[in-house]
Amino acid sequence: MKSAGRIVWPMLCWAITAVLLVPVLAILWSVTEDSDGVWQHLASTVLVGYVRNTSLLAVGVGAGTTIIGVATAWLVTYYSFPLVGVLRWALLLPLAIPTYLLAYALTDLFQFSGPVQGWLRATTGWTRQDYWFPEIRSLPGAIAILTLGLYPYVYLAARTGFVSQSTAMLDASRTLGVGPWGRFFRVALPLARPAIFAGLALVLMETLAEFGAVDYCAVDTFSTGIYRTWMSRGSLVAAAQLSACLLGVAGLLYAGEVLSRRSARYHHATQSAQSVAPTRLDGLSRPLATLLCGLPVLAGFLLPVGRFVLLTAQGGDRRAAELLVELGTNTALLASMAAALTVFTGFFLAFARREIKSRVTQVAVQGAGLGYAIPGGVIAIGILGPLWWLEDAILGQIEQHMAWTPGLFLSGTVIALLVGYQIRFLAIPLNVIGAGFAGIRPTIDDAARNLGVSRIGILRRIHMPLLRGSLLSAALLVFVDVIKELPATLILRPFNFDTLAVRVYHLASDERLAEASTCALAMVVAGLIPVVLLAPRNPNPS
Amino acid sequence: MLRVGCLLGLWSLAALAQAENVVNVYSARHYDTDDAVYADFEKQTGIQVNLIEGKADALLARLKREGRRSPADVLITVDAGRLFQAEQQDIFQPISSLVLSERVPSNLRHPDGLWFGLTKRARVILRSKDRVKEGEITSYEDLAKPEWKGRVLIRSSSNVYNQSLVGSLIAAYGEQQAETWCKRLVTNLARKPQGGDRDQIKGVAAGEADVAVANSYYYARMLTGTPEERAAAAKVAIVFPNQQDRGTHVNLSGAGVCKNAPHPQNAIRFIEFLTSHQAQKTFAAGNHEYPVVKGVEMASVLDHFGHFKEDTVNAAVFGRNNPTAIQMMDRAGWR
Repeated sequence: MKSAGRIVWPMLCWAITAVLLVPVLAILWSVTEDSDGVWQHLASTVLVGYVRNTSLLAVGVGAGTTIIGVATAWLVTYYSFPLVGVLRWALLLPLAIPTYLLAYALTDLFQFSGPVQGWLRATTGWTRQDYWFPEIRSLPGAIAILTLGLYPYVYLAARTGFVSQSTAMLDASRTLGVGPWGRFFRVALPLARPAIFAGLALVLMETLAEFGAVDYCAVDTFSTGIYRTWMSRGSLVAAAQLSACLLGVAGLLYAGEVLSRRSARYHHATQSAQSVAPTRLDGLSRPLATLLCGLPVLAGFLLPVGRFVLLTAQGGDRRAAELLVELGTNTALLASMAAALTVFTGFFLAFARREIKSRVTQVAVQGAGLGYAIPGGVIAIGILGPLWWLEDAILGQIEQHMAWTPGLFLSGTVIALLVGYQIRFLAIPLNVIGAGFAGIRPTIDDAARNLGVSRIGILRRIHMPLLRGSLLSAALLVFVDVIKELPATLILRPFNFDTLAVRVYHLASDERLAEASTCALAMVVAGLIPVVLLAPRNPNPS
Repeated sequence: MLRVGCLLGLWSLAALAQAENVVNVYSARHYDTDDAVYADFEKQTGIQVNLIEGKADALLARLKREGRRSPADVLITVDAGRLFQAEQQDIFQPISSLVLSERVPSNLRHPDGLWFGLTKRARVILRSKDRVKEGEITSYEDLAKPEWKGRVLIRSSSNVYNQSLVGSLIAAYGEQQAETWCKRLVTNLARKPQGGDRDQIKGVAAGEADVAVANSYYYARMLTGTPEERAAAAKVAIVFPNQQDRGTHVNLSGAGVCKNAPHPQNAIRFIEFLTSHQAQKTFAAGNHEYPVVKGVEMASVLDHFGHFKEDTVNAAVFGRNNPTAIQMMDRAGWR
């Protein structure tokens, strides 16, 4: 029994990983192909700019999200100040807004011809030469927008990390005379590091793959370059080669993360993981804390949503009444199916990674999550080929034996989309559940095993209950991400099957922002449902 | 039970595209008026329209991967460059339709009937009424002259309408001069290319620059849009470039019947319908595009612009020049 398990588990794990790695491998393979001079042309003209902008963007967004995410998580977990109860969940709200919508709304507000600068000129009588205003369509603008849209990943992760820390260590450090800053930097932060890194890794990969917002801000990165190379130049090979560079960077990120925590253990040493009672802030620091935690919510959620509400009220989508129910249903169905599937796969692989210590398995599982750093459109094209090949073979068999054909039952249905989402978003459950696993002491597994519990039994009776929170978080994050996903949905969806994001894209790409605002709002509302559900998962440590 | 239901639902989506009395359309157009046209078609013929809308390149890639099993009957694009690419990739089949060759002028369709133009859009210049006098700018060539330094707005070269414009310039006076034009244009820009066509027009209205390049229908839509947009549009005037020589660059939205179309007859009927008086009128009225069929009344805004001389170079020519145009724009630093 035991020896069979030793073979079956790795085989199953590798099989799943192999399927998920197909597009990734296809992209890597492209490096060996000839791009017909396009690559040389890119290298001599735009490539240096892509590298520079992508690096600066990643560094900027990484720093920004870490500072905002960790600082706010620390404040709302360990201190009490006005509105802290509201802010604890409100800080998650920007998650509900896709970064490209955030970019639409914020550039619309702050660009030269937008209402803010327009008002400034109207009240002061200035013209273009008379004043300086930060350019929103720029690299710093893109960094700001992505930071606002993505910091909740770090916030959520850091908060999960802080909340699950036992008071014992903090109490010990307090007794030893460590001040509040010291407790933060020397105890809480290092302990929460795996969780924070997991969140940060998601942010960085999302940043690498980001297209909509970056393109809207007129910044040329690898991701926009991939689309430009593919779309405008029609060179899929060169586009895949650019994607391979992104993959390389994502691989390095992963390796760095794995290496950095190799020897450390992050589970609790004691059994009583009692959480901290928040300290009451005094004096000026009370309103200051509220302001600090309120700003990201204001800029990342209230401002853009307010703009959309205003635009909808002024005109909005005339066909909203007729379309909303259908689009909403499609979106919700797709997102729930994708979330369930992805979390299932992610849970299995995360478990396999815990169980099977071989390096090959570790690398393979880690590789399966790399899709998060590949732009959705590239994944879509990457899976169409293998999917179609499989489908063609099956259809050939069916048609040979029957006078009937089921049609394109894979690539012509939502199955193609679900496969695409698996590959794109698997990193989320891998990271979130992986971080959850890191918090479960291996000795528990050993004890259960000594008591004769099987692998499946450990999984079902011990890990699942302990990981319920992580599983739910992962499912909700995937759900929100699928609602927001655009490029893969656009390419892979079947006939007469539009989602809210697709509708918003159609209107926005036709430069009808006012009309797009209605479905944009609907997307935000749909995205809010899981965020609200995440809120109680975001426990109050009192 | 639920699982069975889901699977049935999934399969019915695939089966839908296989039924007899349907036409499967891959369209790069994404205007609400199109839905009205398709609904009319369904009502008149009883043929159901199944639709996937997306970017032309993605649809092309999908069509290619689907190969001989592709359910697509018709591919519609919003520019001539993509029609040419589809032609090159052997996506279309030649069709002969008396109706279509009668209605669509010969420079707006493929000689062998691989594709047919449906609507036209002119790439025009918008000038600030306050800061640019009438007649001060009259051609695309003017945009590259030194007196316009820091006064021009145009969107990114990733945009296919700009690629086709440069493709038409290559056709007009060769690669070397076209590249010089691109380089000089870039030095004349008031800001880094960003946003869509409307953003360029709004930029001129707000005083960020003095002239902008945009497609005709964006300006027409602003004239009939929200009060805010109407106010901005009122501050600029339309200029049809190159009226003294080859004429204004005109791009095409067009359609062709796919090579492996399961319903070729329905596909032909569908394209014929799109060139009917009724459909052409809807395109013109709803989306402010120029109809390809002669004698169709235009939207009053377009009528107001007046008639203009079009550059009659065949769309296939600037379609062919597309890759050269992009490399040229890269070298010129036109983002």
